[in-house]
This record gives sequence, structure tokens and C-alpha cells, in this order.
Amino acid sequence: MTGQKGLQIEELSIRADGRDLLRSVSLEVRPGEILGIIGPAGSGKTTLLRCLNRLADLDEGLRISGRVFLNGASILGRDADVVGIRRKIGLVFPVPTPLPLSIFDNLAFGPRIGGITAVEELRRMMESSLKSAYLWEEVNDRLNEPAANLSGGQQQRLCLARTLMLEPEILLLDEPCSGLDPISTAQIEEALKVLRKDMAIVLVTNNVKQASRVADKTAFLLLGELVEFAPTRELFTTPRDKRTEDYITGRFG
Amino acid sequence: MIGIFFVALTALCCLIIVALVAVILGDIAWFGWGSLNLQFLLTAPQQGMTEGGIFPAIFGTVFLVLLMTIAVIPLGVMTAIYLHEYAPRKSMVIRWIRLAIENLAGVPAIVFGLFGLGFFIEFVGRGIDRIFLDGQLAFGQPAIIWAALTLALLTLPTVVVATEEALRAIPVSHREVAYSLGATRLQMVRRVVLPQAVGGILTGGILAVSRGAGEVAPILFTGAAYFLPYLPNKLNDQFMELGYHIYVLATQSPDVEKTKPILYSTVFVLLVLTFALNFTAIWIRSRIRRRLRAEK
Repeated sequence: MTGQKGLQIEELSIRADGRDLLRSVSLEVRPGEILGIIGPAGSGKTTLLRCLNRLADLDEGLRISGRVFLNGASILGRDADVVGIRRKIGLVFPVPTPLPLSIFDNLAFGPRIGGITAVEELRRMMESSLKSAYLWEEVNDRLNEPAANLSGGQQQRLCLARTLMLEPEILLLDEPCSGLDPISTAQIEEALKVLRKDMAIVLVTNNVKQASRVADKTAFLLLGELVEFAPTRELFTTPRDKRTEDYITGRFG
Repeated sequence: MIGIFFVALTALCCLIIVALVAVILGDIAWFGWGSLNLQFLLTAPQQGMTEGGIFPAIFGTVFLVLLMTIAVIPLGVMTAIYLHEYAPRKSMVIRWIRLAIENLAGVPAIVFGLFGLGFFIEFVGRGIDRIFLDGQLAFGQPAIIWAALTLALLTLPTVVVATEEALRAIPVSHREVAYSLGATRLQMVRRVVLPQAVGGILTGGILAVSRGAGEVAPILFTGAAYFLPYLPNKLNDQFMELGYHIYVLATQSPDVEKTKPILYSTVFVLLVLTFALNFTAIWIRSRIRRRLRAEK
């Protein structure tokens, strides 16, 4: 597997309290691609993402087996550099999670703990991150205001920009538009389409249509099992599995 | 009908409490105000405590509470941070530590006093004297440092519990955001948790100070002096303290009638001092809260 760019997930299984949260899931996403992950609630989508940037380390009682490689290097081992992995694999949460700080300090959080403190450099990074998140026009003259003053949609784009400040190689998004209005959703989708050029993106979504709009490849998870994984067009036009067809046509139940 | 009766009953209970406080404070203020003047506040007791002021006791009380705060805040805050941020959640040891802290809060103050005498003075103090000072008596006797540390132990649970409550109020999502942006646990605690917990930590400090300033039992054996002709200026000096001074005035005076106005005034000063310490802390806390709210 060495030398391969992007993220490879091989036979990843996660158990907790004797229950399978994920059963031998294998997926792959390369730079330049958006991988959409769809599936009903409780199918293990969030667990999968939290495992990929080692946030699952915080959840007690998880038993993880399988292999995950970032650019050919394993990231699941005990001796892996967890902090380094989290900086390379950014995560955006389902609800906007601004810290109770100013917009500036929110954005500067990641770089600062990484040792970048020069205001000019931070501002330069901010401009590019905010532009990528389609937020620059709205906040460039109010960076010192509390982040909580922003609307929900703006806050979520701020969180996206905050993750982009780290220039991650992989961007994980956990239902990033679940609480947003259609305009904010469209802005985030636009942003992802452009960002795809510089990184691999994994987009977990409850919204089947969103996956069909932006994802290059789509995976359908059901109760921890990977039912189908195919190029998006293929999965949505000619699903091989009956369960996939039922889910994407809304006949699931 | 029963409803109205019940409302009246609850209102009456509240009224009783308010009335009690008013009577106590009123009585003390009424009789205490008379002999209160600048000289009373700034001079030492004279003529077997039937004349003069209470300055050494005021000084000693403030000094004592200050030392106690310096000792209890770091210890309590660090304990709470360990318990809430570092310790494994389901560990049996942690449960025992929590239980110990809760029980510490239930230990009578006089027991703390005896513990302070046995541990700080007899064990730690004598130990220091023996090892560093060739057995010369310096720390192995009642002193303000031992009294302050004993009080710090007494108020430790207050600080731990208040800090933990503040930590619990910080959303898990804030911690996860910090981690997801590549923070180590220490960076997360320092930059996300502590700034948000400051209000709660100060609340603990307030409660500790108001409790500590009023306790007499823990300092009886550990450092409070009946009468001292000088002010404490070293950590191993003894000191006079308002609460203990009140006890002395009330029980040891050679002339009860002559001591009475002084006693009233001393109680009044102790109350004012405690309130002042409280209000200062509350003021600091509200300022920090306002600043945090502005940042949100």
C-alpha cells in the first residue's frame, strides 16, 4: 500500500458493548475526489469519521480492528502521531461549533497551537481559508467580533474555514448542512467542489440528493455494513443492491 | 382556599428568614456602630482588652485568608482538572477519590484543627526543624502558615466541587473541536477549558473565602494567639484573628460590661470584612462573566 496518495480504509470493524458499529468496511478516497457516505441514522457513518481522525480515541470502550492508511502510512496504531494525524485529517462537525472566542481567534486556534503566532501570517491564511469557505466577503471587516454573532450558516462556514486553516490533506465533513438553510447549503457545496482540487474529501450526509450533487463516489452504509460503494452516477442510476435502490428512492423502511 | 393558605405559608417562611437576618444584623450594627471609629480599627487591644482596638486581629484575618486562598485554589483546581479531564471515567480509584472529597466536606472543623496540629505542626513543622534547623524551634509550633494550610484543607472540597461543576458545564463539543484542530490535552485544557471555567473557579474561591474567614475551630490549635504585641511578618509567626478574638472577648474578659461594646464592634467588623471579601470576589466574577459573554 505504500506510496498511495489519499485515504485507504481496509476491513475496518468497530465494536462497542458487544455490538457491531461497523463491519469490515473498505473504502478509498484520493486527492481530487469527494467520497459521499449515505445511510440512515445509526448506520455507523459518524463512528467511521471519528475513527478516521482518531477522535474515537476519546470514546471509551470501542474496539477497532482493520487498517487505515494515510498516504500509505498506517494511522490506527498505538504509536501513530495522533496530533499530527488530526492536523492532516480535518473534521467539520454536524452542528456549528464555534469556540466562545472572536472570529479571528477561532480561525487562529489551529495554527497557534501549531506554533504560528505572527499576526500577518495568520491574516494571510485567514483570507485564503475564508475565501475558500465563501465567508470572506461577510466577515473580513469584523474579524474581532464574537463568532457567536454570526448566523448558523455563517458559523458552519467559519468552522469549515477554521479546519482549512490547517491545510489538511483529507477533509471529513459530518452532515455539515444538517441544520442549514438551502442557500448556506449551496455555498458549502460550492466550496467543496472547489476544495476538492487540493484535498480528498469525505462527506457524510443524511441528504441523498446532496451526495448525488457533489460526490464523485458514494458509499451506502446500513447498520454498520457497507452495502454498496460505486461511482456516484452508477450508484444512483443502476444500483446493484436492492437495499440501495430502496434507500435512494426513499422507499426504505 | 388551600392554595391561598399554602402561598401564605411559604411567604411567611421567607419572611421569618428575612426577619431573622434583619434582627441579627440590626442588633450588631446598632450596638456595634457606637464604639466603632478609626482608632478602634487601627490600634491594638489595651488594658486587658477592655480598651483599644482590634487592628492586629483584622490584619491577621486578612493575612490568614490570603495565605489560605493561595494554597487552596491551585490545589483544588488541579484536583478538579485531573478528576474531570484526565482520569478515566469509570475507574474505581476515581470513585473513591470523589467519595473522599465529599466526606472531607463533612468532617467537623474541630477535627481539622486537631489534624493540623498533629500533621502540620508535629509532623511537618517538627520535621523541618529537625532536618534543616538542627532541632531549633521555628516551624514546629503554632503558626499562621499551618493555620492557613489547615483552613485550606477545610475549604478544599468547596473549590474542587465548584471547579468540577464549571468544567462539566463546558460542552464536550468544545473539547472535541480543540482536539480535531490538533490540540494536545494540555493545550485543550489551557486554551479551551480553563478560560471558560474561570467564573466557576472564582465562585469556589468566594465560597472558600467566606467559609475560611469565619472558622475558628481549625485555627485554635494551629496558630491563633490570645494576644500578641506585634503583627505577624513571617510565615511561622502566630497571629490574632477576628473570630478567635471574639471568642476571647466573650469568654475571657476580666470586665464583661466594659468589653461589651468592643465585642459588638468586633463582630460588626468581622461581618463587614467577610462581606467585603465576598463582594470583591463576586465583582471580579461578574466582570469576567461579562467579558466572556461579550466573546461568545
